[in-house]
Amino acid sequence: MHRILAIIERDLRRFRRSPTLVMVSIIMPLVQLLVLGNAFGGKLKHLVVGVVDQDHGLPAIKLKEMFQAVAANARTFDTVPYIDQATALKDLRNGRINAVLNIPPQFSRKVFAGANPRFALIEDNTDQFIASALEGTLNQMLGPYNQKPPPPLISADASLAVVEIYPYVPYIQYLLPGSTVLAIFVSAMIGGGIIFIDDKARGLHEGYLVTPISKFELIMGFNLAGAMKAIIAGAVLISAGSLIAGIPDPFNPARLARLLLLVVVTSLALISFMFLLMVRVNDPLVPRAMFGVLNTVLFFPSGAVYPVSAFPAWMKVIAIADPFTYAVHGFKELLLKNTGVGAIAYDLLFLGIFTALSMLTATLLFKRTL
Amino acid sequence: MSFDVEVENLTKCFGDFCAVNGLSFNVEHGEVFGLLGPNGAGKSTLIRMLTTLVPPTSGTGRINGFDIVRSPNQVRRCIGVIPQAMTSDQDLSAEENMGIFAKLYGITGEKRRRIVRELLAAVDLTQWADKPVKMFSGGMRRRLEIARGLVHQPNIFFLDEPTTGLDPVSRVAVWEMLTRLKTERDLTILMTTHYMDEADKLCDRIAIVDHGKLVALDSPLKLKASVPGKNTLEVSFSETPAGWLQTLESLPEVAGVKAEDHIFRISSDNGPRTVVELVEVARHAGLTVTSLSVQSTTLDDVFVHYTGHQLRDTLQSNVVYSSAHMYEKR
Repeated sequence: MHRILAIIERDLRRFRRSPTLVMVSIIMPLVQLLVLGNAFGGKLKHLVVGVVDQDHGLPAIKLKEMFQAVAANARTFDTVPYIDQATALKDLRNGRINAVLNIPPQFSRKVFAGANPRFALIEDNTDQFIASALEGTLNQMLGPYNQKPPPPLISADASLAVVEIYPYVPYIQYLLPGSTVLAIFVSAMIGGGIIFIDDKARGLHEGYLVTPISKFELIMGFNLAGAMKAIIAGAVLISAGSLIAGIPDPFNPARLARLLLLVVVTSLALISFMFLLMVRVNDPLVPRAMFGVLNTVLFFPSGAVYPVSAFPAWMKVIAIADPFTYAVHGFKELLLKNTGVGAIAYDLLFLGIFTALSMLTATLLFKRTL
Repeated sequence: MSFDVEVENLTKCFGDFCAVNGLSFNVEHGEVFGLLGPNGAGKSTLIRMLTTLVPPTSGTGRINGFDIVRSPNQVRRCIGVIPQAMTSDQDLSAEENMGIFAKLYGITGEKRRRIVRELLAAVDLTQWADKPVKMFSGGMRRRLEIARGLVHQPNIFFLDEPTTGLDPVSRVAVWEMLTRLKTERDLTILMTTHYMDEADKLCDRIAIVDHGKLVALDSPLKLKASVPGKNTLEVSFSETPAGWLQTLESLPEVAGVKAEDHIFRISSDNGPRTVVELVEVARHAGLTVTSLSVQSTTLDDVFVHYTGHQLRDTLQSNVVYSSAHMYEKR
């Protein structure tokens, strides 16, 4: 045991003297959380919609007033009146406006006659997010516009009532579990990959190999030392990320204890996986080259940024084998739902078995010679 | 008689190439045994086999009677190893480096602190004990590595080119330190070097290794005595007429002549007389002596005598470096 502790001591002393690399592993996921969380999570505001009224009748005026009311309150868009459709379309093509609301001649007459009155939203559909947002807003607006006399108090029609059991989850909160796992992974990649291979190339491991230390003690020492740094990265991300993302009651002691358990298990899983990948590598360029590939292959299929159920079959297969998937799921349960350990038992079991298998295989593959 | 190091037909091949090819020798207790040869000769591979870092292809090696393949952990407990690369952790202090290695050998508590203190004093690093190794000069780092290799009090010490890369002053300091530590700690030392003066100064016996094979083994004095001639002259002339080599060989007291490019290496039993003869024979032939040096027989001459080429000629040849380990592959 003292040999394992000696390796851990060496690693942690170095970390204390030069924590830059682990700081990098924390900063990168935090920046990602801030940028991606805010970039994808916000509501669209102040889109510019040109309004062309070719009718000027009362229903057309009512429609424009409702449209301007949305612009004044929700601020999804701002309206710009146009006299003729051609100018509006020209501005749409030149990117000055995002869409054109066109109320055609005879619109009011058709409304009064009940003869299928139609107006048009001509949109720049190269940006599907903006197009969908505008369509959605207008469709919502049409409900009140078409409102008939009040229905009877007791409706005979069946209706759906949606009840949300958790508070609204903004995208930045949705992203926090993935960012936490990413921080642990980056730390494992640096500690278990880059530093491990650099030390090997500089001959530091040769010093270990001439001592009576066993293969298992070496692997355990490297893994536990790397896991400790990853745990620090994960814990910092959980704390800072919860505050940034606005997780309710972020420092509840019981939840923090459950989160710490998952951080520890995730760290062990990812660091042991990294050692398994690096156990026969000698070239210091390899872990650096693998970094981007691993990040993409492990992070994105895990459900960290988009639900796994939306993936094609081959990506679902990756997700099933990906330790990120279980870690992300576990952190979502704890951070977004504040569940108990029971809800993440399967995740803990998978990560535990994954750790044991990775460590065992790495120990078998580890060469105790040069 | 039992030996501290026993090597029998030890061989290490990488594919078709054999870096060490059937080496056999023994090292007595308390001896400083040198492996002399150019880079790529197989010295480091041999040391790595004996220190359990590289498994041999065939043959046997025993350290303190323990087989290097069957009992590697017993071997590791009784050897101290100073690899060619500086392997101390630069972010840690000298004391921390020593302490961690003591723990790796199972030495803890007050005993560890005492040993670390003593060893740092022995290598004159006490005042630098708490300073990070990255502040150390090459000589200081090498002294620290020597101290670190002794932290578990081994009785056999392996040093792989201990002064490579050091300035002359640091080299001499390391030599003096090794000599003192050997006496104080009753060490048997097996070291590799490609410095002739280092081998001459430190070693009781020297094994000359070339292309993975042992070409000579004896004390420096006996090795030098085995070379014909008491002096070696290096001479060059303004021209080299046909049959000039034979002319030089026929001079009185000349034991042998080897021509390398336009330089003639002459082994002579009487250097001063041969100088006079050389000048005379050159004058008769209408030639000018353009350079001339006379020296007593050195290990360099021994090396040339046994291998047929000079040590410096083969430096850096036939070696493939793999990062900092310098694996000899060819």
